[in-house]
Amino acid sequence: MVQHLDRLRETPSQTAGPYVHIGLTPNVCGITGVTPEDLGARMVADGVRGERITIRGRVLDGAGRPVNDCVVEIWQADAAGLYNSPMEHRGAADPNFTGFGRCAADEEGVFSFDTVKPGPVPGPRGATMAPHVSFWIVARGINIGLHTRMYFSDEEAANRDDPVLRRVVPARVPTLIGRREGDTVHFDIRLQGEDETVFFDV
Amino acid sequence: METRGMDKRLSNLASEAAPFMARDRGRHPPAYAPGYKSSILRAPGEALVSFESTLSEKTGPAFGHNVIGALDNDLIHNFAKPGESAIGERIIVHGRVLDENGRPVPDVLVEYWQANAGGRYRHKREGYLAPLDPNFGGFGRSLTDSEGRYWFRTIRPGAYPWPNGVNDWRPAHIHFSVFGSGFAQRLITQMYFEGDPMIAQCPIVRTIADPAAIAQLVAALDMANAVPMDSRAYKFDIVLRGRRSTFFENRPEGN
Repeated sequence: MVQHLDRLRETPSQTAGPYVHIGLTPNVCGITGVTPEDLGARMVADGVRGERITIRGRVLDGAGRPVNDCVVEIWQADAAGLYNSPMEHRGAADPNFTGFGRCAADEEGVFSFDTVKPGPVPGPRGATMAPHVSFWIVARGINIGLHTRMYFSDEEAANRDDPVLRRVVPARVPTLIGRREGDTVHFDIRLQGEDETVFFDV
Repeated sequence: METRGMDKRLSNLASEAAPFMARDRGRHPPAYAPGYKSSILRAPGEALVSFESTLSEKTGPAFGHNVIGALDNDLIHNFAKPGESAIGERIIVHGRVLDENGRPVPDVLVEYWQANAGGRYRHKREGYLAPLDPNFGGFGRSLTDSEGRYWFRTIRPGAYPWPNGVNDWRPAHIHFSVFGSGFAQRLITQMYFEGDPMIAQCPIVRTIADPAAIAQLVAALDMANAVPMDSRAYKFDIVLRGRRSTFFENRPEGN
């Protein structure tokens, strides 16, 4: 016999299902009057610091069809690389930036976020992580939320040294790079098949 | 914010958020679970790339009481016309959000959504013939208190058929979305009801292999906390990932 580790087990995940919008974006699906604005609908307020950008992309399934019932969440640092989180102990993040966005994909599987470009963030063992945005995708048919990241095509040098990208086989790295075109960054997410997006176990 | 900087200089404890313990993926459903047909084309085929949580996963958004409305945790009334209420068996659902270390997780957002008493969702893609209840929206949320507790009032949702097999029915359930203190803890799950014979037959429940893990999703009837002549109660605790100890790693991030 040995002592007990006295630890609880994580509650298992279950799919968000096709009606996830009722819970996460009620106003989008016509449940109005309960909450004035859906959570994560606005990431920036007037006076936000940094470069304003729009991240836009599509979520596609293994047959190339749009995943038009998914909800996409993002979490990112502000322009200075600070997270607006009680767990951020390095300093105060921009008060006009939440860092958290939530978007229900439309009929074409398209999501979009008006945000700012994040700064670089310290990584493990003294490394620096290139500017990136964390993504979490849930939907009917997704049994446990999928974590991935979007990096920026205009950060080639920083991406080369990024400790997370270095763990990914080079041929798959492009699936994690958002393509910068002016103020828009295009980032498609493929759940399965050719050019499948890299998903993380973090 | 100056105090935060000061904390960092004065204390070598908790000067950075600790990483999460690795997720026990065997306890969760696999991405590909063909008994649940929708997963077939939506499951990644490649292996997940693993790395220990970085600052980007150790931090997460926090929401204040300002986002919570007075009726957010009362699904019987939050969509109802004045003086009216939702139809169905009145219940209270309560529990705690804990982490794997057994600690309460305070001040985190818990969102929940469900079908009405007839098993019908208020959603444009929903086509089940059971009627909508004009007084039921099916959405609510709570912020956990300092002991990690949440509670809400609702009606017991109905079971409903869904297109998977020819005759598949979902057991009565309530969907939950939970934020922790770090983005790596983000969790969506479903709560089932003690004693429901439909649980064992459900293809979505059966995406989970471990019977003990399924049992963790079944809320216990809690008659001790029922309100006499008003509502029965169910207790449903939720466990989020825990952070590991950082005994020899108390350096500020980036040093």
